[in-house]
Amino acid sequence: MTAAAPSPTREGAFGWALLRVCSIAVYIFMFAPIVVVILLAFNSSRSGAFPMEGFSLQWFGKLFANDSIVEAFKTSLILAATSSALATIIGVMAALALVRYSFRGKEGIQTFLSLPLLMPEVVMGVALLMFLKFLSMPRSFAVLLLGHTVLSLPYVVLLVQARLVGLRSSYEEAAWTLGANRIQTFFEVTLPLISPAIVGGFLFAATLSFDNITATLFWKKPGIETVPTKIFAMLRTSVSPEINALGAVMIVITILLPLIGGYMVRRFAKAR
Amino acid sequence: MSSVELKAVEKHFAGGIIAVDAIDLDVPDGAFVTLLGPSGCGKTTTLRMVAGLEHPTGGEILIKGKRVNETPIHQRNLGMVFQNYALFPHKSIFDNVAFGLKYRGVGKADIAVRVRRALDIVRLPGVEQRFPTQLSGGQQQRIALARALVIEPDVLLLDEPLSALDANLREEMRSEIKAIQRRIGVTAIFVTHDQGEALAMSDLVVVMNKGKIEQRGAPAEVYEHPRSEFVANFLGNANFLPATVVAVAGGGISVALADGSQLAVADAARTVQAGEKVNVVVRAEKIELDGGGLSHASVLKGTISAVDYLGSTARYDVTLAGGEKVTTLATIRDGARRVGDQVNLSIAPEHCRIL
Repeated sequence: MTAAAPSPTREGAFGWALLRVCSIAVYIFMFAPIVVVILLAFNSSRSGAFPMEGFSLQWFGKLFANDSIVEAFKTSLILAATSSALATIIGVMAALALVRYSFRGKEGIQTFLSLPLLMPEVVMGVALLMFLKFLSMPRSFAVLLLGHTVLSLPYVVLLVQARLVGLRSSYEEAAWTLGANRIQTFFEVTLPLISPAIVGGFLFAATLSFDNITATLFWKKPGIETVPTKIFAMLRTSVSPEINALGAVMIVITILLPLIGGYMVRRFAKAR
Repeated sequence: MSSVELKAVEKHFAGGIIAVDAIDLDVPDGAFVTLLGPSGCGKTTTLRMVAGLEHPTGGEILIKGKRVNETPIHQRNLGMVFQNYALFPHKSIFDNVAFGLKYRGVGKADIAVRVRRALDIVRLPGVEQRFPTQLSGGQQQRIALARALVIEPDVLLLDEPLSALDANLREEMRSEIKAIQRRIGVTAIFVTHDQGEALAMSDLVVVMNKGKIEQRGAPAEVYEHPRSEFVANFLGNANFLPATVVAVAGGGISVALADGSQLAVADAARTVQAGEKVNVVVRAEKIELDGGGLSHASVLKGTISAVDYLGSTARYDVTLAGGEKVTTLATIRDGARRVGDQVNLSIAPEHCRIL
């Protein structure tokens, strides 16, 4: 007796065709707006909408001539770099404690650390604001930094934790038996072995901070703008072609950053 | 002199689990000692306590006569080989082997010399610049051994180092590890659940069960003279025959099986009295099938109930006249026996043990 593979029936073929069409539709729905923004950024027309009239880089030029936009860019970059650096340092330490040690209240801390992930950002935004009011602290860059750190912390913790769980503790144990103390072992063995997750976590945190808007609107001091809040403010007056150019730059940064990170991690892993 | 001494060492885990129950053990200088037992018997926990990776909840551990209970791992000067090698994947072979030397203040030139010597000892010269993933499992285990030995440890600890290797390589590495240990003269504690490894490699076998030591002795002694049912069962194929002591004369004991047939036993280690119920242990390969060679052997009649053909040998299950089941291992000479064949089993008195 031969067990024949199921032959493609008419319904089967139809099902596959339907699946294909749906998948393509989903991708178009997801990526078409991005493509439109990038295309229109190079449109020479003033209207900032279709039809395309000609190729031009003028909107990018205008962008970099606009001091308030350049200022927003600086703020965003500094904020993203500092908040993700903070989140990475705290996150790595938290992940180490949660995976390698047992202590009282571990479960609670684990839940507590992933809470910002589950909580609606609006709630987070209002909560931190109320807390600051209670402490009678004014809104400032520090508040923004604190908030962004809290928002991106869970991602770093989860990424590094996953890597640590997969890392056999015998590497660390071997280092100890060979004469390295805990700190030496951390820098010589643990840190290099979890570095891909750390780099990944850092870039993830940076990207999250860079394009966060909801919570940022609650926390920012009037007058301070990040790129997303700046775009938001500009949109309230009109859809100018400058916004398309700004959007294109944002897209490139948020896509390139993780790609570069992934490439660096792979290169790093191969060289070793 | 003892290299490692355990005095009433115990390890209780949370939840009332007793992993190691008041163990006493002396590991003589230069000896190869094996902790043998099934998983969960406490052998690995014992090894990890010597290493400092676990802390005993009671008792004392001494290395070279000094109490080390409070000494942190990195100051114990032990070489440990792990089951999964645990070579640092991000470091070259040179840096892996040199790792321990770096923390011992050895100069750069000296490190290079000693790493080269260690790689020569494990017969892998010239791999310094490679990375662990570029080596085979057996080669990685040799590097792990070199890394542990290069620091000239007081004790070499081996945690099931062969279990991740395939069968052929395992036997090769087993004689290799033993040869290297003998040549260097380092004291070694080896943990395994494989009786073959334990018997082939050790000077002293320590059989463990449920956190306790069941029996310790030279491999031949533990194998030939099991002192408990557990040891007899765990090492090799053992048969247990319930019997009643009939007569005791000098070193010779005569016991009767269920059907009344008599079995001569020579076991000086036990004193028994006539009428006592005992368990006689006979190893499967010590029972001769239709042998008739030894004149002083007892002969029991039985019927073959099952045959396992193994190539050069066969394992037979034989049901004795009194209903007892016995397993024998026999070399096949002119064809294997069949189920239903009537056979005579010869058992020499010196191969019988009374439990």
